[in-house]
Amino acid sequence: MVNEYQSGMNQLIKNNLLGIKELTLEEINLIFQTADNFKDVINRPIKRVPSLRDVTIANIFFENSTRTKLSFELAEKRLSADVINFSSSSSSVKKGETLIDTVNNILSMKVDMIVIRHSSSGAPHFLAKHIDSKIVNAGDGTHEHPTQALLDAYSIRERLGSIEGKKVVIVGDILHSRVALSNIFALQKLGAEVMVCGPATLIPKYISTLGVKVELDIKKALNWCDAANILRIQLERQKMPYFPSLREYILYYGVNEEIVKALDKEIIILHPGPINRGIEITSSVADADNALILDQVENGVAIRMAILYLLASKLE
Amino acid sequence: MQKRLLLDSQLLQITIQRLCQHLIENHNDFSSTVILGLQPRGVFLANRIQKVIQELEGCHVDIGYLDTTFHRDDFRRRVVPKKASETRVPFLIEDKAVILVDDVLFTGRSVRAAMDAMISFGRPTKVELLVLIDRLYTRQLPIEANYVGKHVNTLASQYVEVGLKEQSGDDSIWLMNIKVE
Repeated sequence: MVNEYQSGMNQLIKNNLLGIKELTLEEINLIFQTADNFKDVINRPIKRVPSLRDVTIANIFFENSTRTKLSFELAEKRLSADVINFSSSSSSVKKGETLIDTVNNILSMKVDMIVIRHSSSGAPHFLAKHIDSKIVNAGDGTHEHPTQALLDAYSIRERLGSIEGKKVVIVGDILHSRVALSNIFALQKLGAEVMVCGPATLIPKYISTLGVKVELDIKKALNWCDAANILRIQLERQKMPYFPSLREYILYYGVNEEIVKALDKEIIILHPGPINRGIEITSSVADADNALILDQVENGVAIRMAILYLLASKLE
Repeated sequence: MQKRLLLDSQLLQITIQRLCQHLIENHNDFSSTVILGLQPRGVFLANRIQKVIQELEGCHVDIGYLDTTFHRDDFRRRVVPKKASETRVPFLIEDKAVILVDDVLFTGRSVRAAMDAMISFGRPTKVELLVLIDRLYTRQLPIEANYVGKHVNTLASQYVEVGLKEQSGDDSIWLMNIKVE
């Protein structure tokens, strides 16, 4: 009923959210507790609170995104922040402007916080070293996607009660996936056991040094886990073929009703979207009751509100 | 450190009884009245008031909890940010009379934030404020309480420490000369 006196911190240690790797368990728990409150807010008849009414946030997307951008924008608007959007396809980046120049130009218009997505790994970290602003990483190359990992973990926690001791398998293109790496860090910090599963060509050679299990057989992987996070096959990131054909991938790694029904237990299914229906996951699995895909989208707004709120509280 | 006892357990109980009698006079059977306790300590008071009224009148009293953290005007101006608590208003307050319940009325800013938070749940016909302790002459906004447990003359530098048995195991309300963190 009253949780003001719960143990734990009131404020994030970090000034930016660059990756899950830098977060502590206490910080993740603070984000989750704050998201609980915002989830309540976004389910009210009036879904807006005035906390960030004097804060301006720029969403800078150097790479295409629909869901993440919409989710951030909605989170910002629900917090009453002023929002500006920028996408590289229609900007001076095409004319040769550098990343720092672009961002400094935006900041000189009195912007307080930056949400950035970039196709180069480490771009937000680079920016954080050179500019004085609060930065939220909305996905950098094949490195990290911290808000996605937090909302995935939050959705698992919501459905299973806790994450500690749970077994989670991440299926698909681990090599090119920033979602996979952030998920591994987040789940391990929260005390889960993590396994990755996919074609050997799409599993990074040294992934086991992170302390994750590797399994090439999808049936064994699903039988082991409590929750399966099925990743999208990112055809746009594959400059060379990593598997002989899409048909073969579907045959060996596609998650279908038959496989799920044959398991000894019920598992929950996550997917960061957008779904390639009939490729990595069939419609019957994606639309089943144990699939959290739409919960993930709802929780995404609450998690992003929590992160923006907590970082904004550190603005001077 | 100097401190003065404002209310002890017995006086607090009598005060709550008196406030409840006053509420019953104005709101009859509470069929179109709801109580909203402000987090954190207003919630405990609201619970006690609900219990007393239900015992005295034998009627049902709707009660909700309101957290004002996201509506405060001192966000980013506090050294240590406040942590949000649960808001639970399981009914619409449209066309109801609302009684806001809090422990101490000081600057009036929490109550302003509470009114802001409250309108997310509908448009009440009337809003009233009940506080246990009213610190006189310290208001920064034009807000006054309708029901007051005890009026106290205080300096702005002083601090009212509210201990309730739900939280600290003991009912006692003190006026302190220095705030103890």
